[in-house]
Amino acid sequence: MEAAYGPFLALSGVTLTARPGEIVALLGPNGAGKTTLIRCITGLLRPRAGAIRWEGAPLDGVPAHAIVERGIAVVPEGRRLFGAMTVEENLELGAFAPRARARRTARLEHVYTIFPVLRERRRQLARALSGGQQQMVAIGRALMAGPTLLILDEPSLGLAPRLVESIFDVLREINRSGVSILLVEQNVQAALTLSHRAYLLEAGRVAGEGSAAVLLEDPRVRRAYLGPLAR
Amino acid sequence: MTPFLQQLVLGLLLGGLYGLAAAGLSLVFGVLKVLNVAHGQLIMLGGYGAFWLFALRGLDPFASLAVVIPAALVAGVILYWALFGWVVRAPEETRVKNSLLVGFGLALALEAAAVRLFTADERSITTGYAGAVLSVGGLAVPVVRLASLALALLLIGGLHLALARWRWGRAIRATAEDWEAALLTGIDVRRAYLLAFALGTALAGAAGTLVSVGYSISPSIGLEWTLKALVVVVLAGLGSMLGTFVGGLVLGLAEAVSAAAFGGPYREVVGLVVFFVVLVARPRGLFVR
Repeated sequence: MEAAYGPFLALSGVTLTARPGEIVALLGPNGAGKTTLIRCITGLLRPRAGAIRWEGAPLDGVPAHAIVERGIAVVPEGRRLFGAMTVEENLELGAFAPRARARRTARLEHVYTIFPVLRERRRQLARALSGGQQQMVAIGRALMAGPTLLILDEPSLGLAPRLVESIFDVLREINRSGVSILLVEQNVQAALTLSHRAYLLEAGRVAGEGSAAVLLEDPRVRRAYLGPLAR
Repeated sequence: MTPFLQQLVLGLLLGGLYGLAAAGLSLVFGVLKVLNVAHGQLIMLGGYGAFWLFALRGLDPFASLAVVIPAALVAGVILYWALFGWVVRAPEETRVKNSLLVGFGLALALEAAAVRLFTADERSITTGYAGAVLSVGGLAVPVVRLASLALALLLIGGLHLALARWRWGRAIRATAEDWEAALLTGIDVRRAYLLAFALGTALAGAAGTLVSVGYSISPSIGLEWTLKALVVVVLAGLGSMLGTFVGGLVLGLAEAVSAAAFGGPYREVVGLVVFFVVLVARPRGLFVR
């Protein structure tokens, strides 16, 4: 796949695969093209060349709002909640597509079971919540669509380490219930611990890939991403 | 004291229509990020719709809302498809500029068409009950204008409820706040744009109808109503229809105070000063937290 913003090539020749039930991490420094890749998958940006296939069918030409209905939901970078709306309104908007709408009561209950604090706060405006709670709403909103693939763009950004840990625990649970996860992270240690496989993206191309356990022990990865002091 | 209070009452009644006029503009601007400067001309056309229904069919102007509002909805859909639907394809920063050009062009065309079709004469609807006045503690309250205020409030309240509870109403609010996030939650943003624009046009049609009963219309009133609506939108800020309505009342009262203090020709002075002060001190509007 190849993608560009005007003349600026952000992705050049990236190939990656996510299999059902997998947690795949997408790692790389700022500007490596991670977010661009996600914008392509979710239909916000059209790849200039190449193809995105989902469950055997091409996704190019499918409008962004319809991609959600195909089972791909995204937790965007910076959460992008509707701050002037209540927590529950945010969650219900996640089930906007007709098929998801039919099951929204059960899913809302499910989200409140995963994040009990959101039930308490359901009448509050989303912007009044703490960063960690906002991240819960963002994940909950994506789950309301009933996705088979959940994409998360930097879910740990700006959160305290303890919160990151509990968010990642939740992701592991979500994955156990059968949802595949594509995780974009700068927190390489946490991401590799959680995921099964990982891709390393650098300057718009794949610089490495492999099983997460192997990458975690790879000295090059450790030097490049975990810093010289990494154990 | 009584003449002053009388002015205030009339200002408040007119302010309700300012609020209704501004609601449509605010909805379109808040959701599509498009400034439709032809909004006043749409109000003007709504007024003519009611006027001709009354003149040719003898339809009561308040009853004609039931015809004018749906017709304006359809007109809004057509205008969106023909013009503003193209403007929203542009990136957000260039939309306002493009919409100004499109809107001014549309305003000129609609005004010229109205002169050609309806002549430049000033018109108003004079019903059998046009002169009815309610007397409250020595103050005269024209019944028609009072009914207009009540209807304006009813329409704004209905819109507020629709935006709060209706599925697509929520989608419209979500789109206004962050259209990309709306798209990612599965909302067809283009459809939300279309709905918001059609609703905005319907509100213009309703406002025009009420203007033609309590006040008067002519092909050239468009610009003035666009400006009033714009002032109210700046006063009230985006995001709340009820806030916009209150903003309209504030402008109506300010104008009344101005007329009472400096005389009729200076009716706009206080309103514009308030506008300026709000723009400097609270650029996001009086009611936006």
